[in-house]
Order: sequence, then structure tokens, then C-alpha cells
Amino acid sequence: MPDMLRVENVSCRFGGLLALDRAAFFVEQGQIVALVGPNGAGKTTLFSIITGFLAPNSGRVLYQGDDITGIPPHALARRGIARTFQIAQPFAGLTVRENIAVGAHLLRRARVDALAAAETVAQEVGLAPMLDLPAASLTVAGRKRLELARALAIEPKLLLLDEVLAGLNPSELRDMMPVIRAIHDRGITIVLIEHVMQAVMSLAKHVFVLAEGHMIAMGSPQAIASDARVIEAYLGHGAAQRMRGAPHG
Amino acid sequence: MRSYATIALVVALLALVPFVTASNVVLNFMVVALLIALVGQGWNVLGGYGGQYSFGHAAFFGTGAYVTAILQVRYGVNAWIGLAIGVAAGALVGAVIGALSFRSGLRGSYFALVTLAFAEVLRVIASVAPITGAGVGTLIKLDLRPEAFQFQSRAPFYWIILAFVAISLLLVQRIEKSRFGAYLVAVRENEDAARAVGIDVFRVKLAAMTLSAAITAAGGCFYAQYFLFLDAGIAYGPWISVEALLAPIIGGIGTVFGPLLGALVVKSLGEATKLVTGDAPGLDLVIYGGVLVLVVAFAPRGTAGLFESARKLLRRRERTHA
Repeated sequence: MPDMLRVENVSCRFGGLLALDRAAFFVEQGQIVALVGPNGAGKTTLFSIITGFLAPNSGRVLYQGDDITGIPPHALARRGIARTFQIAQPFAGLTVRENIAVGAHLLRRARVDALAAAETVAQEVGLAPMLDLPAASLTVAGRKRLELARALAIEPKLLLLDEVLAGLNPSELRDMMPVIRAIHDRGITIVLIEHVMQAVMSLAKHVFVLAEGHMIAMGSPQAIASDARVIEAYLGHGAAQRMRGAPHG
Repeated sequence: MRSYATIALVVALLALVPFVTASNVVLNFMVVALLIALVGQGWNVLGGYGGQYSFGHAAFFGTGAYVTAILQVRYGVNAWIGLAIGVAAGALVGAVIGALSFRSGLRGSYFALVTLAFAEVLRVIASVAPITGAGVGTLIKLDLRPEAFQFQSRAPFYWIILAFVAISLLLVQRIEKSRFGAYLVAVRENEDAARAVGIDVFRVKLAAMTLSAAITAAGGCFYAQYFLFLDAGIAYGPWISVEALLAPIIGGIGTVFGPLLGALVVKSLGEATKLVTGDAPGLDLVIYGGVLVLVVAFAPRGTAGLFESARKLLRRRERTHA
């Protein structure tokens, strides 16, 4: 069976900046994979390329074995790829229910069906009490949930979550983790971009590390956390050696 | 269902106007107000629901008007058939302008400017092309028979434009409760988010623009039959582009009744100004401008929004008193 998602040697250049330099990674069906890396590493750019918002300068993206490079976002959404945005993009003038219903309409023509489906999804992500509030009135945590709910409403096979946990306080984080785990348990393959290491460690089976547009490491969360290249990418050249040399405690 | 009942009630009440008064002044006023309501409803589909502010709806109004008129005058086509072809031609012009501007990714003020430019180009062409009668204009021959879409009295004209408005109200009400309507509003609110949930933004905008143009073109066709005279400045002039956006903005942008409400308010203001100042040319436009500034500053959701806020305020007061 082909991988759910396979990114092959994708490069993307913005003027003089090489945002992605032959980046590659893959996700098997049913996995939760985390994509980590310092700020500016190219993680969100990679998401935008996978979901069709950006076209790569070279390389290709395979989804369930098909080359989907250059297919527009709406067509990919119809094939089962959903994404959330790092900076929440609600339909600000609409209520939470209407926001989610827009997503639910993808598979449902009738307004009543879409609105009913929106309610089910809202319950799943814990937005049920806010269904009739305007989306603009939600807190950061609420907006992250709304991003997740709207993406879920299109009933994706592959869900790309761009920092849905960033900016949440510890108790919000505790509430959100089981939600993501439950989505995964329904059989949805998930790719996370995440800075919250606690979440990466407990959710992901497999981690890819991106730095300056290169994929510098991959492996289990535990292996990644002690990988010298990863530590250097985050803390600077020589950091790994200094850490090893430093007395513990 | 309640929303459809409201439409039926409003239309039924308006239908009674010719029984209440036979005054030509009143009926003429109402015909023009309803015409603006129709043209404004066309603008509302694209601008109010879709968030694409056109400044050139004259392009569709004028096309509808000229096609109806020219088909009758030059080719002897029946006026009712001319009406159907005029609406189709308006829709086609809308689709072409829409495809060109949305394909190039024009949004916001750039889109507004391009639509204005298209309308102006059509106006200039119409003012020199022989087929439109160039500077002389096009006169539709008097033929007071219902088959020719002409009537002795104003009442039938009034009912016909009211029927057009009623159809547009039902259509917009239906859109509001449909998937297409939800997608249109989603595109207005956030295009990237819309793409991410599977909305083909280009197609949604194009469909809205085509429908919008068709509705506005119907207004143009009616104008031709009612006044029986067209020239480039009337058909493609900026005046109608302004009226088309003024009515929904003042009445309540992106609402079913906004254009109708706005048209009645705007036209009443215009008449009131004329009464007070005599016929000082352009003064009504000054008043429009002032009202527009006030609405945008203090009632961004228009007159309909004001009603809504007043109702909420009253309800809150009742609750505190109880």
C-alpha cells in the first residue's frame, strides 16, 4: 500500500530565500507524525505546498500514491486533505455553527444537514457551548478549536494541523490532547506542526525535524530529543557537545 | 418558511398601492424605487453576500437595456423575447468581466476599479457606435399593447416591476439558505479558509457575478420599456452604478430586504430634497453622499441593521422592566 503522504525533494524559493531545500518526508496511513523545527525552518511553507496553496519550485508531493503537486487547495480538500492555519482564519462575521457548517457542506448539499453535522463536530472538539457565538468573539483557544472543527467537518483522511496547541495554557492543553487522540483513533492520519514538545512526545510516533529548509533528522520522539543535530539546530553550533560536557544536576 | 411568508406579505402590501392611489406622481416614484431595488438586489448578490464590490453595474444594466431596445427597433423582435435575451446578454457580460477579473485575482478596490473601467468603456462605445444610435440615442416606438410590453397606465408597469422584485427577493432568500449562499459568504469572509474547506473560490465568484449581472440587466430591460428612450449616458452612465450600490448599502448589505428598503429610503430622500430645494441640479447627489457617509459611519449594517438593533434594545428594556 502506498504511503498516505510522501514529499519528495521539495524545494521552494522566495526571491533570495531558499525556504525549502530538497525537503522530504513521508506519513503512513493511520500515523500521527510531528514536524518540528526552529522558527523559520519552513514547516508552514511545506504545509502550504502539500495543501496546494503554494507551488514548489521543484520536487513532488504524492498522496496515496498519486502525484498531487500543483493541484489547487479546493480540489485537494475534496480528495480528503484538510489543514488548519497557524494564525486562525475564522469566517469572522459568522457564528461558530455557521463556520463549521461551511466545511460540512462539502459532503452535504442541504443546509439543515450541514448545520446538524456542524453540531456533531462541535461536540467532538468541545465547542458545543459556543455554537451560536460569533466566531470573532472566541478566545485564542476557542479559535484553535474552531480551526480544528472546520477542518474535521470536511471529513478528511489526512489532517494537517499547524500549531493548534501553540498559545494554549496548560489546562487548555490538557483538554485538547485527548481531542486530537480521539480524532486519530477514528482512523484519520495526522501531521502536526508543533512547538509544544510535551505534546509532540506524547502524541507522535514519528518525528521529522526541519531546519533551514532541510530535513535534518527523523525518528521516534525519544531518539530525536537526544539527536546532536537537532540540539544544534535549536541551540546553536556546538551546543550538543557543551551539553554532553556539562555536569548533570 | 417564515422568511418566505414575510416576502409574500411585503409584496402583497406593495401590490395594493395602485388601488390606494391613482396618482401618477406616486406610481412613478414607486416604479423608479422598485427598479432601483431590483438593480440593487443584483449588486447585493455579488457585493453584499460575496463581498466583491462592483462599481460598474451599469455595464449589465446598460447591456440589458440596449439589447432589449435594439432588438425591437432594428430587428423587430418582440419586447418580451427581447427582455429574455437582454437578461441573458447581461449575464454573459457579467460572466466575461467576472472571468477576466477573478482569473487575474483582482480583489477589493482593484476589482471595483476594473468594473468601473468596463462600464465606462461600454459607455464610450455606445456613444459612438451606429447600432446604439450613437449620440442621438435609441427611441423605442410607442406601441401601447401588453404584447409589446407597453401599457396605457402606470399600474401594470408597477405590478410588473414589483413581480421582478418579488422574484429577486425569493431568489436571494433561497440563496441565503443554500450551500451556494454559504459558500458565497465564506468567500466574502475569508478566501484562504474557504479554499481549505474545498470551495472553488473562482467558480463561486463567477456564478455570483453572472447571477448578479442577470438581475441588474432585467432592471435595464424594464427601464427601456418604461421610458422608451436610451442613450449612452443613461444606459451605461455611472448614475446607475451608484444607485445599484447605494440602495443595498443604505438598506442593509447582505440582507434579503436591504436593497428594497434602501431604494425606498434613497428615493424618498431624493424627492424630499427636490421639494425643499426646487430642482437644483446635483443636490440630491450631495444628500446621497452625506447619507452614505452617515450610514457607513454609524450603521454599517444599514437600515435593516438599525431595525435589528432597535428591536434588541426594546427587548432588553422589556426584560429589565419585567
